Amino acid sequence: MTLNLDSKVPEGPMADKWSSYVADQKLVNPSNKRKFKIIVVGTGLAGASAAASFGELGYEVESFTFHDSPRRAHSIAAQGGINAAKNYQGDGDSIHRLFYDTVKGGDFRSREANVHRLAEVSVDIIDQMVAQGVPFAREYGGLLDNRSFGGAQVSRTFYARGQTGQQLLLGAYQQLSRQIGLGNVKLWNRIEMVDVVNIDGRCAGIVTRDLMTGEVRSHAAHAVVLATGGYGNAFYLSTNAMACNATAAWRAHRRGAGFANPSYTQIHPTCIPQADEFQSKLTLMSESLRNDGRIWVPKDPDETRKAADVPEDERDYYLERIYPSFGNLAPRDVSSRAAKRAVDAGQGVGPLKNGVYLDFADAINRLGVNVIKERYGNLFDMYERITGENPYEMPMRIYPASHYTMGGLWVDYELQTTIPGLFAAGEANFSDHGANRLGASALMQGLSDGYFVLPYTIAPYLSELLNKPIPDETHEAFAAAEEEARDRYQGYLEIGGTKTPDHFHRELGKIIWDYCGMDRSQVGLEKALAEIPALHEEFKKDLRVTGDGASLNQTLEKAARVDDFFELGILMCKDALIREESCGGHFRSEHQTDEGEAMRNDDDFAHVTAWEWSGDPSNPIENREPLVYEVVEFATRSYK
Amino acid sequence: MSHTLTNITLKIWRQDGPDGQGRFETHQIPQISDEASFLEMLDILNERLIEEGREAIVFDHDCREGICGTCSLMIDGQAHGPQQGAATCQLHMRTFSSGDEIVIEPWRATAFPIIKDLMVSRAPLDRIVESGGFITAPTGGAPDANLIPIPKPVSDAAMDNAACIGCGACVAACPNGAASLFTSAKLTHLNLLPQGQAERYKRAEAMVETMEDHFGSCTNHGECSSACPKEISIDAIAIMNTDYRKSKTKNRRALSRR
Repeated sequence: MTLNLDSKVPEGPMADKWSSYVADQKLVNPSNKRKFKIIVVGTGLAGASAAASFGELGYEVESFTFHDSPRRAHSIAAQGGINAAKNYQGDGDSIHRLFYDTVKGGDFRSREANVHRLAEVSVDIIDQMVAQGVPFAREYGGLLDNRSFGGAQVSRTFYARGQTGQQLLLGAYQQLSRQIGLGNVKLWNRIEMVDVVNIDGRCAGIVTRDLMTGEVRSHAAHAVVLATGGYGNAFYLSTNAMACNATAAWRAHRRGAGFANPSYTQIHPTCIPQADEFQSKLTLMSESLRNDGRIWVPKDPDETRKAADVPEDERDYYLERIYPSFGNLAPRDVSSRAAKRAVDAGQGVGPLKNGVYLDFADAINRLGVNVIKERYGNLFDMYERITGENPYEMPMRIYPASHYTMGGLWVDYELQTTIPGLFAAGEANFSDHGANRLGASALMQGLSDGYFVLPYTIAPYLSELLNKPIPDETHEAFAAAEEEARDRYQGYLEIGGTKTPDHFHRELGKIIWDYCGMDRSQVGLEKALAEIPALHEEFKKDLRVTGDGASLNQTLEKAARVDDFFELGILMCKDALIREESCGGHFRSEHQTDEGEAMRNDDDFAHVTAWEWSGDPSNPIENREPLVYEVVEFATRSYK
Repeated sequence: MSHTLTNITLKIWRQDGPDGQGRFETHQIPQISDEASFLEMLDILNERLIEEGREAIVFDHDCREGICGTCSLMIDGQAHGPQQGAATCQLHMRTFSSGDEIVIEPWRATAFPIIKDLMVSRAPLDRIVESGGFITAPTGGAPDANLIPIPKPVSDAAMDNAACIGCGACVAACPNGAASLFTSAKLTHLNLLPQGQAERYKRAEAMVETMEDHFGSCTNHGECSSACPKEISIDAIAIMNTDYRKSKTKNRRALSRR
């Protein structure tokens, strides 16, 4: 163990930690702020809000996105909502309750102090976003509306139709745009980060590749923030956008940043099942549908009748049967595994028998078609557009899909990685969700990190560098990293094999999905750990990338991202293999109760696993940060 | 149940770079499932091209669920293709028939130069937002969110306009290459809300004038609204024009400086 995993959690009672941190932190004088340059990579909720806030504070900021515009980041696709402990409904919510729910929802595998801070600043986020003009849903009296979400017992979720992520991202994008217009932030678009450069033990900047021209160059800075999202696309098929990738985080890992809990991935239960081999991505149907839809499969695996013709007593409403108290609203990880069990038992529905029914017939009979249309009309339209089936007449078909990754770059309380000067925010870090993320918490965390945490926690680091010269882009370490990047991209072009990057991505995704998806076992993971490196070797020998490296080349971009998914995929399986317990999204078939429920092992695994790069992707070095619970007591999650 | 379409002919615009001479290239799709999305058909074609040693066709796309606004194709002369209220990525092959010939082009607008093949630059849209498409509300110090009640119809109308995904279909569909629907959607979203009042006329003036630096002028054709994947109403343009006219008298400080 050589990584320094000092979490830097402040002393004092849980509820006072953040306020005392803010009160005691070192500040940077306003006139000195412009002497510091901060690079922010990524313009999603975390990246855009961080860059905008740094710009407002007076730092020199450079913001990087590989999209054409900062507004495209995948935060935009979040549907459901954002949690905040406002207690506007007077139903007993509080910062402590949100904190507790999040720790429990994460199956007691997150760092308490970070989660408490998240719950504290959640209330500021709503104020901030409303001030920016985010059109959250309102009651007729003009006050903000809330709904309940993801099994919470209070209504604390704020939403903007089914487009909450879009409206929040546009809010942050507009604040960022204002800073760009004022000249406080410089925007680099269609530029991809391909490496991190460390000099004298601190992060000195990044290396980028211009997607339009292939130009590789360096950017020096006092500090770098990675807000580059998660790695859900390692599974190939996921609800992530096509370009989502792990390259920025993975390259930072290869340069010394610890990668924490890579096996904690969230498989969302309500997605439209795959229709064919060529499918490029999966589409999420909002979890809110489970409020009125009933999930079932035919009892007979050989059932051939249409859904409506299957008599009531020949249907298995398996969630209602197994989890009578939560029923169709059981948490994401639990519902997903139950769907998988039904499909694996041959009871799947649809042409490929790869889905389960989400049936609204009862709700339509009870409430009338108009009420259902009002509640879910846009989702029903979306479903029909994709599948060509009318969900008012026949049940939807759904199946779980990769959606979010709780693991990510290890960060301390200040969101600093194990490389001094390199920070990670949003889905790119591992900090707040433990082994399972609750619904409507991802938006909260992204904005918390960017607006309300990093602007405070980056100052102590920067204040140490005041009036000290930092290396510029002519330093040999930058030149060496640029050379390495050029060679890497040129290398893909020169392989001259026969198979496309997408072919390899698809094959890799299948292995990770089969053995490191919803149900993992020692045998399966060991198999994956043999198959992935073999496929990676084939990739290195038989990849074909057409076109050149000096103009826009999407095939080449893809090849580099797939290359990194291979190495990350190995780490995911390693992490899943050594975590001999089931917790949250990580389910090991060897560790379950007689009834098939997850069995945690708090004696041996109440820790974060932070992996260290050894130079050999198959032999990473394990480091541990013990999780010490001061306030919350371990308990078994039960939804029966 | 899925069906298979056969003998689709694609005429696709290829252009090597911003200054290159463009041309149509014809490709045959012998068969394709009607479950495939339009962009998945292009993925399949691209894989075939790479296997044949040819360069893949460049096109912009990302979320593939109609919300990020990245995709941008003229399909048979229609921005985002024949399906109303949907982006290109939400279009499925079941909309087409066996034997169809489909013409695929990039957005055509002077303000959107072609980068390569079907990809264009839409950077001027960001410049419009940078000039005023925001409410000045620096981080920290915001009042409690429930301090200002907003009537539901106002909030709903703001949301209707805030739904814009910034894809640029309105510009591509407009015979004048105007960005009035894009600009007015953002203006209407912010100008309707109580929080947006302090900067209302400053915002209108700045955004409209930045828009005019880059784009053509609106002559109320209405093509923008019918091409819009979010079906944003052309009413927004009327609101923008009213606020812009008022800005010339209400922004007196700005006037006096000239």
